Amino acid sequence: MGADYLGGQFTAACLRVGTSSFADFLATSAPNLLPGATSADTAAQVSGDLPHGTTIVAMDYDAGVIMAGDRRSTAGNVIAQRDIEKVFRSDDFSCVGIAGVAGIGLELVRLFQLELEHYEKLEGRTLSLEGKANRLAAFVRGNLSGAMQGLVVVPLFAGYDEDTGMGRIFSYDVAGGRYEERKFHSIGSGSVFARGSLKKLYTDDMPEADAVTACMQALYDAADDDSATGGPDLTRHIYPVVALVTQDGFRRLTDDEAGEYAQAVVGERMQSPGGPVAPLRQAGT
Amino acid sequence: MPFYVSPEQAMKDKADYARKGIARGRNSVVVAYDEGILFVAPNPSSALHKVSEIYDRIAFAAVGRYNEYENLRVAGVRFADTRGYQYAREDVTARGLANWYAQVLGSIFTESNKPYEVELVVAEVGDTPDGDQMYRITFDGSVADEHGFVAMGGQAEQVAGVLKERYSAGMSIEAALAAAIAALSGQGNGERSEINASQLEVAVLARGRVHRTFRRIRGARLEELLGNAQPGGKAAGGKGAKGAAADGPGEDASGEPSPGDGTAP
Repeated sequence: MGADYLGGQFTAACLRVGTSSFADFLATSAPNLLPGATSADTAAQVSGDLPHGTTIVAMDYDAGVIMAGDRRSTAGNVIAQRDIEKVFRSDDFSCVGIAGVAGIGLELVRLFQLELEHYEKLEGRTLSLEGKANRLAAFVRGNLSGAMQGLVVVPLFAGYDEDTGMGRIFSYDVAGGRYEERKFHSIGSGSVFARGSLKKLYTDDMPEADAVTACMQALYDAADDDSATGGPDLTRHIYPVVALVTQDGFRRLTDDEAGEYAQAVVGERMQSPGGPVAPLRQAGT
Repeated sequence: MPFYVSPEQAMKDKADYARKGIARGRNSVVVAYDEGILFVAPNPSSALHKVSEIYDRIAFAAVGRYNEYENLRVAGVRFADTRGYQYAREDVTARGLANWYAQVLGSIFTESNKPYEVELVVAEVGDTPDGDQMYRITFDGSVADEHGFVAMGGQAEQVAGVLKERYSAGMSIEAALAAAIAALSGQGNGERSEINASQLEVAVLARGRVHRTFRRIRGARLEELLGNAQPGGKAAGGKGAKGAAADGPGEDASGEPSPGDGTAP
């Protein structure tokens, strides 16, 4: 408590002229608080037993960008948690989802949220969307040695770009590579199935209700074929987390709202388990 | 060669020096109202702030030398963010921050040749008015736990005197702003300097908001509030009012709540 709860050097570091980055500040003044500071020698043995997050989807639509994630985390063949949340608000105009080792991913998100808020408070303005995406890339790269030991985590980042008035999506690899995605993207163990589903369902400038439904369908398809992805749990009322980012800011659908979409999708699947059928030939050809 | 200077004399000289520096600037006030805490500072600049956000429910107001209190503000944000990251967001309190500032200012005052010429208020809005906290920290590191209102600056006592007459617990934001302006413009023996929106920096910690409660009030919203606070309406449409709405891009120019209060990390 008081001035020396982290030591007098910490107080001195606070007063020093320096960076607007919270992560850089911690790295110089209190590096032991940063994630990844612990030894990862035994990580390769335990990583299979650690809870992993699974499928996240994101797509743009007429008002901005939407991101949705299923609620399951798995540790090996066991379901570690049925109602984990893997999609988060990162600031007013962006959201982030994680796939991979949940413990590392959740910490990464926490640090990223704080990084954006810290910059905003110190500088009096928010980072550009591009700047936010680059900061996240640096954080992912910071976990590279952990990733090499099996503690892999990759985020999916999406936001509303106030300069261009568009939703944008960024994906990452474990080395911190940052790739801007067009139209839609998916990460995690069920992403192959979700992406295939989105490819057939996506059209440009979809209205909100259609975009949410498309994401629900994609997550259902992922859960259908990937054992690590959870489908809508009607008995427990656990539905995917759906985040929308538009010019009005970040909004997360309430459980009731998401539940309506999920129940509609499940209802349709009772009739046709494979979901909506895409036309074989494009109209007019 | 230095002459001998008694410790009493050295401390007195430092204190006089700091007081003189602070007295050169304007006063500012912090007043509690029913829905939160109001910060009012005369400040012609819309970019160099005297009132700032520190954390979810904590704000910072200062008078004195800009570079010094700006340094303290940045340090406070770092302190608060580090503590919130290390523990949890609700573990960041105005009391902890005020103590920390007191330590920092106290050691600067005793250990360095030049004391900081600043005076700070750290305020935290509670879930109920009873939970509101205000701490006034002076250049030598002394802390005072204040209730209802605080005045800072060279004429703090006179300003606080006016506030004391006009303050009542549970007053509206308009009444609080009217009291603040009366107190700030009442200085200088009755000559009432006109105050309009472009010369005021106004911000609130709004009790009802979730997550980050700090909001600046400026532009049209401030004009409207000033109009309501001063029935004569002399504040609305003042000569210099053009500056008030001319905030930079990306700023919350209307003072409206910005969207998307999600869950705290």
